[in-house]
Amino acid sequence: MSTTLPPTTRLPEQAWKSEPISEPDYLRNKRGIMSWVYTLDHKRIGVMYLIGILTAFLMGGVMAILVRTELLSPSRTIMGPDAYNHMFTLHGAIMTFLFIIPSIPAALGNFILPIMLGAKDVAFPRMNLASWYLWVFGAVFLIAAMALNGLDTGWTFYTPYSTTTNSSVISATLGVFILGFSSIFTGINFIATVHIMRPKGMTWFRMPLFLWSLYSTAIIQVLATPVLGITLLLLIAERALGIGFFDPKLGGDPVLYQHFFWFYSHPAVYIMILPAMGVISELISTFSRTPIFGYRFMCYSAIAIAFLGFLVWGHHMFTSESAMAAVIFSALTFSVSIPSGIKVFNWLATLYKGSISLTTPMCFALSFILLFTIGGLTGLFLGALATDIHLHDTYFVVAHFHYVMMGGSLMAFIGGMFYWWPKLFGKMYSEFWGRISCLIIFIGFNWTFFPQFILGSRGMPRRFYDYKPEYQGLHVISTSGAFFLGIGLILCAAVFLHSLWRGRRAPANPWGAATLEWQTASPPPLHNFVDDPVVTDPYDMADFELQRDTGDYVRRPYTPSQSDGTETQS
Amino acid sequence: MSAFSMPASARLWMPESASTAAQQVDWVFDVVLVICTIFFVGITGALVAFVVRYRRREGTPATRQLHHHTGLEVAWSVIPGILLAVIFIVGLTGFMQLTTPPEDAYEVGVIGKKWVWAFQYPNGYIDDTLHVPVDQPVMLNMTSDDVIHSMYIPAFRVKRDVIPGRYTKLWFEATKPGEFNLFCAEYCGTKHSNMISSVVVHPPGEFDRWLEKASNFLETMSPAEAGKLLYKRRGCAQCHSVDGSQMAGPSFLAAWGQTAVLDDGSTVEVDANYIRESILEPQSKARAGYRKVMPTYQGQLKDEEISALIEFIKSLK
Repeated sequence: MSTTLPPTTRLPEQAWKSEPISEPDYLRNKRGIMSWVYTLDHKRIGVMYLIGILTAFLMGGVMAILVRTELLSPSRTIMGPDAYNHMFTLHGAIMTFLFIIPSIPAALGNFILPIMLGAKDVAFPRMNLASWYLWVFGAVFLIAAMALNGLDTGWTFYTPYSTTTNSSVISATLGVFILGFSSIFTGINFIATVHIMRPKGMTWFRMPLFLWSLYSTAIIQVLATPVLGITLLLLIAERALGIGFFDPKLGGDPVLYQHFFWFYSHPAVYIMILPAMGVISELISTFSRTPIFGYRFMCYSAIAIAFLGFLVWGHHMFTSESAMAAVIFSALTFSVSIPSGIKVFNWLATLYKGSISLTTPMCFALSFILLFTIGGLTGLFLGALATDIHLHDTYFVVAHFHYVMMGGSLMAFIGGMFYWWPKLFGKMYSEFWGRISCLIIFIGFNWTFFPQFILGSRGMPRRFYDYKPEYQGLHVISTSGAFFLGIGLILCAAVFLHSLWRGRRAPANPWGAATLEWQTASPPPLHNFVDDPVVTDPYDMADFELQRDTGDYVRRPYTPSQSDGTETQS
Repeated sequence: MSAFSMPASARLWMPESASTAAQQVDWVFDVVLVICTIFFVGITGALVAFVVRYRRREGTPATRQLHHHTGLEVAWSVIPGILLAVIFIVGLTGFMQLTTPPEDAYEVGVIGKKWVWAFQYPNGYIDDTLHVPVDQPVMLNMTSDDVIHSMYIPAFRVKRDVIPGRYTKLWFEATKPGEFNLFCAEYCGTKHSNMISSVVVHPPGEFDRWLEKASNFLETMSPAEAGKLLYKRRGCAQCHSVDGSQMAGPSFLAAWGQTAVLDDGSTVEVDANYIRESILEPQSKARAGYRKVMPTYQGQLKDEEISALIEFIKSLK
């Protein structure tokens, strides 16, 4: 019970004012390229990650547009079958390994986690920098595959196709292997940071939900990623040395590879979505100006998702594993929907009787809820055995995971970017154009991917270069939606770039949020806080009042507050 | 034969249905669709209503005092949990039907290879199209020669991976005569999307007549004609052109009598022996400039069929 701040420890005024403060911010603290290359500052590493993953997102996005353009007509539209196979493979591999997995944890998380926690940095700053360099090396190997013989295995590298094709599988899988270590390093760092770097007063149940989600994610990263690493090494050994693990011609078992691969890659789905859920919890609460509903259920559901996520990998193999295994995995799969459902219902309850402002980040958060709901509900068709047999490996699956990965993770990432942008770079952006970009992305996304549910249910298999003419109408609709979606994303990028160039200076706390990152300047100084931050309930925003002249929210002078049950334990 | 012109599916979701399993699967799909629609409409409705009703107005703070409610939260864990259990059981019953073939099913052997299907009937005849009788259970006993493929017949709602080194089974009972799409659903390389065939469901009594007629093609046709049929049906056409155009393998046009360069630099004359060896052991004398992707036809083509293919290639001047 430390909500009662002694009057003498009020935060120093200047700590949350954007006026010149005693210490220069992290961007201006040191100058020159070497100050970035050797930086141990988690904020700079976060920014370097951001630049890296956005570059990857641009590459993956251009490939997506090329793939969709090719699908405008059956047979050849703009490229041949081999080019198409390389294109969709690299789109998937780049988006998964180079963009979504590191997007929220390694870029936003790296920047925000220590500040939100009230710490000066992560527990192991050198390891943090190493993880970024590993990401770069991994990216070089993965992209080198493109320059060598390309990659045409699908991002899943299924054997024996991947061990017999002529494309550069070894370079690409080595890249993914290295990227795995980058991910493990980030995970270890976050776990250690959350355990040992929490300042006085930051109890487990006073941690913002974004930290809970990053913590659960880190556990998955540390436990699941080594399995992928070993699997890819076995694959490399089979391909390079002819040792039989997976190819029946060498005495191996191809379905074994699928089990190993999905033992990582299903939990990896939660590496991608859990941090997104954490972002959404922050956004929904802040812009409803009310504490998140059911905070504890939200914490427990994040841990439950992380745990249950390890038990459902077999649902990717209903058409290749035994009937008994399929039945067991189907049952386990449904269990993971329950904690996800809790989250959606609690977000809705948070809106109830809130004071909701439709800022750009909030528009993305609300879009997330709708798109993630569709993604989650369509998962039920795939978890149910009888319908999965028909829908497996069709566009229904493609649409489903794009609703979860893009409608979910990407929308949360962009929403989080708009939310923390003022903190990252000290600049505000155009709310008008930000909201317009959200609207275009939301419409464009549904326009692109909803028709794919219908395509898939009508029997259109995925990874098809050529297709039966009866499917063309829906493909044309989907592709035109993709162009519209692309315009929305370009507009979104323009809003950010314009903000860097012309944006108004951001105050310390433009949203009136109560989490700690808003109690320091925007952008923060090198060691995050000039004075030690005072930890209170992360969602108690009632004390913050908007200052009309600066656009900043400032904490009202202290008055003893009544407790409200959610924070009785500390 | 009026049944051949059945209208395609009038439904938005799911294709035309033509097997006993299809009805069951569509029923499961509809149950899940109804549950999902109710949840989606409810969630969207609540979200829109709350956003409109509780839009921020000047000077009005949030008024919700309740920040958690265990009863409510347990309710929205348990009630969806029960519905999920219902969906699981409904899905399970349909699956049991899909995976339990009847004893008396008519067996057809299937070999998947890049990028053609081979359907082998009990009399040994092999076709690239699946022909089955209506109203009779059929079981496919499947394996692959190279990578993983997947047998998918949307109108029957069945799919099963076709895996090298093991046999997998898939069964169905067609309920109406006609021709339906048959796809490879597991990505298998360059021509994955052309590994398309069809299922022809014959009206009662016609299947046996078709099989007898089709099986005798070697006797009823000239060797070159039979070779042409084999060329189309057994997958040669996927990689070898007959008009000189460049594909995954060398063109057959004017190939006969040519001197071919092998990948080790030596040369060989394209004659009957070389063609026969290339069909049975494609990797032993591979041509320079081509990837070694051709699967073997050892045990899958009879001597007469290989001779017919040789005659066909010889005829392409």
